[in-house]
Amino acid sequence: MSLLAAVRPDEWNLPLFLHVLGAMVLVGTLVLAGTGLAGVARGDGAPALRLAYRSLLIGALPAWIVMRLAAQWIADEEGLADEPPQWVDIGFMTSEPTFLLIVVATILTGLGARKAARGTGGGTQGRVAAVLIAISLLAYVFAIWAMTAKPT
Amino acid sequence: MYDWLLFLHVLAAFLLASTVVTYSAVVLGAPAGARAVSVANIMWDVGGLATLVLGIWLAIDVDGYEVWDGWILAAIVLWLIATGLGQEVRRAAGEGGDLTARRAATMHWLRSLTVLALLVLMIWKPGA
Repeated sequence: MSLLAAVRPDEWNLPLFLHVLGAMVLVGTLVLAGTGLAGVARGDGAPALRLAYRSLLIGALPAWIVMRLAAQWIADEEGLADEPPQWVDIGFMTSEPTFLLIVVATILTGLGARKAARGTGGGTQGRVAAVLIAISLLAYVFAIWAMTAKPT
Repeated sequence: MYDWLLFLHVLAAFLLASTVVTYSAVVLGAPAGARAVSVANIMWDVGGLATLVLGIWLAIDVDGYEVWDGWILAAIVLWLIATGLGQEVRRAAGEGGDLTARRAATMHWLRSLTVLALLVLMIWKPGA
């Protein structure tokens, strides 16, 4: 395995780069949204929810699309798309449900930010979104393990 | 052993990327606040140390690599530049942590480019 890691066809590099870059921006924006939502508990609801909403909408969702499209590209390049090994399955199984979680978190933070701006709450939406983001981040740590350890 | 080293090395790189994302948001004017910047700084410190230590460990562990390979030496140089730029960002932001200050923003974007160059190097591994 360790020798195998040293050799990789050049054609795989661009999709792998885009896949990892997309995943890094995705995780980074989720961390930013999560730390932003911590502000909801401290009382600065509207700015915190707005930050989380924009992070998810402008950062996480486009990054997810780049990560996922590049994943499909490299799976095709490697000939893994038709009969994916377990570690590729883990990647698909973690990425696709978490997309839904991120979409829901985006909607919740958007609604929460509007409510908070009007002074009519938004805290509940923020807390639920924070849980969804935490679940997504845990799933991505598991996915990173699967992508690197490649369990069979 | 290799699997765990690579997993932790890549996870540490994600911490560096998360720092870059948070700082980018703040530099672009997002109201992230001092807490987000503090978390980003912790991720930078932990991720920076872990990527270097685990990266060198990997270079020793993997049969096809040596620590003195050109791309690995280049990565270490880029890591040093990124670390220096990271310290400059904090210094330029000053006590108040004003990351929108021109010098702090410039240092941040240079650091971001350096981190991106590190990722390019890790994927393409020129000369490996």
